[in-house]
Amino acid sequence: MRILVNGAWRETHGAELATLLQELGYADSVVSTAVNGEFIPVTARAGTALADGDRVEVLAPMQGG
Amino acid sequence: MLRLYQSELTSRLLLGTARYPSPAVLTQAVRASGCEVVTVALRRESSGERAGQGFWSLIRELGVRVLPNTAGCHTVKEAVATAQMAREVFGTSWIKLEVIGEDDTLQPDVFGLTEAARLLCAEGFEVFPYTTEDLVVAERLLAAGCRVLMPWGAPIGSGRGLNNLFALKALRAHFPEVPLIIDAGLGVPSHAAHALELGFDAVLVNTAVAQADDPARMAAAFAQAVAAGHAARLAGPIEARDFATPSTPLIGTAFRG
Repeated sequence: MRILVNGAWRETHGAELATLLQELGYADSVVSTAVNGEFIPVTARAGTALADGDRVEVLAPMQGG
Repeated sequence: MLRLYQSELTSRLLLGTARYPSPAVLTQAVRASGCEVVTVALRRESSGERAGQGFWSLIRELGVRVLPNTAGCHTVKEAVATAQMAREVFGTSWIKLEVIGEDDTLQPDVFGLTEAARLLCAEGFEVFPYTTEDLVVAERLLAAGCRVLMPWGAPIGSGRGLNNLFALKALRAHFPEVPLIIDAGLGVPSHAAHALELGFDAVLVNTAVAQADDPARMAAAFAQAVAAGHAARLAGPIEARDFATPSTPLIGTAFRG
């Protein structure tokens, strides 16, 4: 299925958010996630099912004012 | 001592971490400023570059508190989700809440801001709202649960200083007990000194330091200005007058009469 990750379409077999993050190489990164605009805590990543067309945000610390 | 929610701080200068020429210069500027709080943000992380991981290590080594922002958010939903994500990543319930309403001035959308503040305070966040100098909005933010306000001096990055002195003074006078931090728009240390002289509790500076020719030197200059402005406030400045008052006593003046 196709998932929009940080604004780019990705093809994935991962049925859950945790699997997708693993596939994309974020497994050991300090990141926070949202699916379709809703925050998904670390503890809920494994139980969060993804559907074709879902929008996933993977955010990390960055410079800010 | 500056009290922000449950934290007591010695420095009244907060520093942004964006727009420095390099991470090394950012580190030097933070150290030179003596600040205890820096602002940070969340951005999309590329799994290849992993830029955020390096930045986070650098900030942790500085040993300062972080105040995450919701910069770039234009809606209540975006701001709330970003705050929730920031709390998880940064491990703090502090959030500098920005809901931008207009792109030319980066003026806060005060309607969205008060709504987002209400939702986040109810979730246990300690909200630092980036707001205008409007008294009624300030009232609403306090009613929403905010215990600190961050009125703008001027539009972000503009370097214009305290744009609306009348309203800023009114805000200070109207909320004598609320910590007020001037956020945005300061250009030079004299702007920061002025803010503290007027009784504002602290200032947050980013562009004025980061884009200076020598950021570390400018950070130190801002720290001195903030300390001087605060000391002046405590010392009780005189009122401005329209005409001269001789400072040298007139009694005994030579060649008169």
